[in-house]
Amino acid sequence: MNAHFQPPSAPSDPERDRRYWRANLRLLVLLLAAWFTVSCGLSILLAPLLNQVRWAGVPLGFWFAQQGSIYVFVVLIAIYARAMDRLDSDYPAERDDSQR
Amino acid sequence: MSLLHWTYLIVGGSFALYIGIALWTRVRSTAGFYVAGRDVPALVNGMATGADWMSAASFLSMAGMIAMAGYAGAVYLMGWTGGYVLLALLLAPYLRKYGKYTVPGFVGDRYYSDTARLVAVVCAIFIGFTYVAGQMRGVGVVFARFLEVPVQQGVLIGTAVVMLYATLGGMRGVTYTQVAQYLVLIVAYLIPAVAISWKITGNPVPQLGIAGAVTEGPGAGQPLLATLDAIHRDLGFAEYTAAFARGSRGMADVLCSTLALMIGTAGLPHVIIRFYTVKSVRAARWSAMWALVCIALLYTTAPAVAAFARYNLIQTVDGTAYAQAPEWFRKWEDSGLIAWVDKDGDGRIDYRAGAAFRDKPQFTGERGPHGQRLVSNPPSASANELYIDNDIMVLANPEIAGLPNWVIALVASGGLAAALSTAAGLLLDRFVRPGLLPLGTLVARLSTDPARVLNLPGGSLSPGAPGDVTILDLDRELTVDPTRFFSKGRNTPFAGWRLRGQNALTIVGGRIVWDRERPTP
Repeated sequence: MNAHFQPPSAPSDPERDRRYWRANLRLLVLLLAAWFTVSCGLSILLAPLLNQVRWAGVPLGFWFAQQGSIYVFVVLIAIYARAMDRLDSDYPAERDDSQR
Repeated sequence: MSLLHWTYLIVGGSFALYIGIALWTRVRSTAGFYVAGRDVPALVNGMATGADWMSAASFLSMAGMIAMAGYAGAVYLMGWTGGYVLLALLLAPYLRKYGKYTVPGFVGDRYYSDTARLVAVVCAIFIGFTYVAGQMRGVGVVFARFLEVPVQQGVLIGTAVVMLYATLGGMRGVTYTQVAQYLVLIVAYLIPAVAISWKITGNPVPQLGIAGAVTEGPGAGQPLLATLDAIHRDLGFAEYTAAFARGSRGMADVLCSTLALMIGTAGLPHVIIRFYTVKSVRAARWSAMWALVCIALLYTTAPAVAAFARYNLIQTVDGTAYAQAPEWFRKWEDSGLIAWVDKDGDGRIDYRAGAAFRDKPQFTGERGPHGQRLVSNPPSASANELYIDNDIMVLANPEIAGLPNWVIALVASGGLAAALSTAAGLLLDRFVRPGLLPLGTLVARLSTDPARVLNLPGGSLSPGAPGDVTILDLDRELTVDPTRFFSKGRNTPFAGWRLRGQNALTIVGGRIVWDRERPTP
């Protein structure tokens, strides 16, 4: 699928495109792993176990399921947006600021 | 000035305002029309997405659902927010990068296929029609009412006005309308939530309040959730925070439902389209974050409200003598959504795990020794004496928490719009038919009396009076269906009720404006 997402405006450099795309994929895998760990892992699969731990009277499994996971989702997207900003400034040719 | 003049002035004035906004934000290019010129700031786009999302999920009912489900309520909380991570990482930037105006445009180019584009167009048109049909009918009724024309004409005039508005303002006009909608919704939701949190935990931030300590009552100084769990244990319920307790959803159920909702959320067309309206790929990424921030504000408040509601409900009701039961308790009992069976004969309400009796309560019409409404359902073996309909948690929460009247009024005003959709059927079926209210009295209460109190013309059939008449069909059966309400408020405790008696014909100023036999398009 990646071939179609390369910006047509940049002068072609397959090696650079590949590095940019791999950095992008690495970031996605990392963030999606965190997403899965918090939502399905801490909040569901491990919830009975984490519920044994109470912090100031709040069972952790319950807190992750109803509060913490949502905060983590916001933080994950913020990290993604920031990291992509950085990646784009490292690879100026790959950036797409067009107003198409 | 007469009422009619006022109506023209106010309706005309608000139309002038709308057209003014449309002219102010009017578009001059193709990109301007479809995607608001691609210059919607990320935060503004986030708020507009939030409004899209919050009207899709009935935002009031969520807290009630969670209060009854406890831990398992997380299915909806995570399901409807976690999808935004998928949307932000896997969809939004790429859709924006491709630079098309619409999803079919993207599909066609991405797969090098006009057939794929055509399929996407057909899907989009079907989805569009489904959404628009209900809305346009509502618009038609409003115009018919204010311009005193038949509904069909009202729909045509309404369509023309909406088209004019959309053509002038395009996506930009729509975006700023949604920003206003988001602000209204979130303020309406946060005011009661902050008030309840403050009252129970002394912390005005509901998200901190849920992790805070109770300030008064038997558990004073103890953490709220620990107190709630202890109360649940004492009464024989599974702990409020316990995961996968007996009788609630299992792990596989919660896991699969959550994943299904997350993936579905990532694919909603009216959310995806919003990411075409931002400046760049970079803005699409930040916009997804702001959208989730706006949504998270609501979705982290709801579980706090749910825990407060659950705590309040048990505290105010359990162990209370029926004679001392709070006013809301009797009120909802009168409407059939609460029932109490005094199994141990001590005159106190015992709220325990398990159903008080099978099925919905069948009221006999008689009153017991304490004044309670008796039911014919045989009592169950459980010690529980209380039947509570889930919908009460939604509508009665501010009352249960003992909030000031103006907050209750604020919440009630939302429910009122939905109430108008069911008034005639309910009153005829539940009051007139059992003989609680003579038909003549009902008619007077709904027409002559309000007219007299408000000093309005009408409400009588004498010569010279306005020709406003409603004809009722006392035998026609109707099932209450919230999806067909004119109002956007879909919360009703009466959904699915079969009611006998409904309006047949409405005549305003001598003209038929609504006819059951000729339903509007």
